Amino acid sequence: MTIFMDPTSERAPENRQPLPRPADLQGKTVGLLDISKPKGNIFIDRLEDLLVQKGLTTKRYIKPTFTRVAPIELNQQIAAECDVVIESLAD
Amino acid sequence: MNYSIIVKEDCATCQLVVPVIKQLQTDDELTIYSQDNVQFPAGVSVIDDTELEYSWRRRIETVPTLIKFDVNGAEISRVVGWDKNEWQVLTGRPLGFDLPNFRPGCGSKSVDPGMPEKLSARFDRDKLQSRQVSVSTEEDDIEACYERGWSDGLPVVPPTAERVMRMLTGTSRSPEEVVGIVPPDLVTCTIEKIAINAVLAGCKPEYLPVVIASVEAALQDEFCMHGLLATTYYSGPLVIVNGPLSRAIGMNSRGNVLGQGNRANATIGRALQLVIRNVGGGKPGGVDRSAFGNPGKYTYCFAEDETNSCWESLAVEKGFSETASTVTLFAADGMQGIVDQKSRDPESLSRSFAAALRVVGHPKMILASDAILVVSPEHERIYRQAGWAKQDVKNYLNKILTIDGAELVAGAGGIAEGIPAKLAGKQLPKFREGGLNIVRAGGSAGMFSAIIAGWGASGSIGSIPVTREIK
Repeated sequence: MTIFMDPTSERAPENRQPLPRPADLQGKTVGLLDISKPKGNIFIDRLEDLLVQKGLTTKRYIKPTFTRVAPIELNQQIAAECDVVIESLAD
Repeated sequence: MNYSIIVKEDCATCQLVVPVIKQLQTDDELTIYSQDNVQFPAGVSVIDDTELEYSWRRRIETVPTLIKFDVNGAEISRVVGWDKNEWQVLTGRPLGFDLPNFRPGCGSKSVDPGMPEKLSARFDRDKLQSRQVSVSTEEDDIEACYERGWSDGLPVVPPTAERVMRMLTGTSRSPEEVVGIVPPDLVTCTIEKIAINAVLAGCKPEYLPVVIASVEAALQDEFCMHGLLATTYYSGPLVIVNGPLSRAIGMNSRGNVLGQGNRANATIGRALQLVIRNVGGGKPGGVDRSAFGNPGKYTYCFAEDETNSCWESLAVEKGFSETASTVTLFAADGMQGIVDQKSRDPESLSRSFAAALRVVGHPKMILASDAILVVSPEHERIYRQAGWAKQDVKNYLNKILTIDGAELVAGAGGIAEGIPAKLAGKQLPKFREGGLNIVRAGGSAGMFSAIIAGWGASGSIGSIPVTREIK
């Protein structure tokens, strides 16, 4: 464990916080990332049906393998094309 | 009487005085602290000070040090090294007849290189009030700082307690002293928070007083740091340093003066920006709404070259003595060059300068931006040879930068931008009174000078340059 002295006003919690969540998904593009685990596609298909029924735009992505982190190019592509992303875990 | 003595085995003088220590421990109440071996001196009761806490708290610089205490435990006096007469006076008894009269002591382990900072961080940490942020040893230190949003985009120096304590040695001011309220979050800023951000920026402790003065100046109401941060304009704070301290800490005032490569120039300006970012919460995309910014928003700091100048320095012009060291804060845009290799008289050169100054903001914009004219030694020489003081140059520039309103009104020259048509018949100054300043800096070769334009809201409606003495 390393200790740093906080250079900030200390208004934010010490632990890193997730990015703020959107209030709703209206008008947002939702990325659906299949991490290539078996049956992950079935879960994503169902989610996509539900999102499309709500009138949202979706985009599908697939990680080459669930055993490794996503390639940087894929992260960059999703960040550029989507407002939010849903990542599936399945087996 | 009560005594304590601090020794280390790895010291010939400590070895020499062992018989005296044994005599004192027999006759008086003597507590022995050993810095390197609890078995030394052999045969007596020794307290382990290998952690050096006692040595640190007693500010021991030499071993052996013999300290005499009153009944309440308050120190009465001390002797360092071996001086037979001094030891006899301190203890009031005959000591060490077999020993030579004098042997110097050895360096205390508590003052080994780098050790004071380590001990200070370990034993004085309660002087620091800031939150301690735990970072996993799995994390890369510098990446951890990025992840927590502490960086301006370039790597920062991880702010360990040891580094912060070392930084604080650069000032005699108390860590908890409040120097002002930092926008945009209006947070009180202490010397300690400035020191932490100076660590991030890469400052040496000797730069800290300049950083503190810069923050103090930036937080003065007339400097308008909040507006300067929030504006869509290009500007950010520029620090100009004057006086002997700028030379003592090795600041650059000559070749590449506005460029990279000098640690003091680079890190002092950066530390100020990091205070605004981290303490004040002022970040691009947040309250910082600048459309372009400028490269100086990473760091913007230089010294005026006062050596061999024929002119008064900016600080002297502002009423400070030549022996004072000051910072002047200016709400600054990037730099624009002026090349004039042919003028050999001050009028011609000034007309070149005026033509370039005319376009600050927009050729038709008047009474909006201040400007700083950075005059190179080769251009200054022309004024020196003609006997023109800085004020003479400013007077001449302001005179020829008084412009016919007809050239400035909206639509003139086929340009929609411009001032109201009713001002067409007036003669109007480009700069507000006192809005044009001159400093001498830059490399010795090159008939170039530079304009640093100011925020479009200069003066009382926005930012007024602030000069403050470095203490």
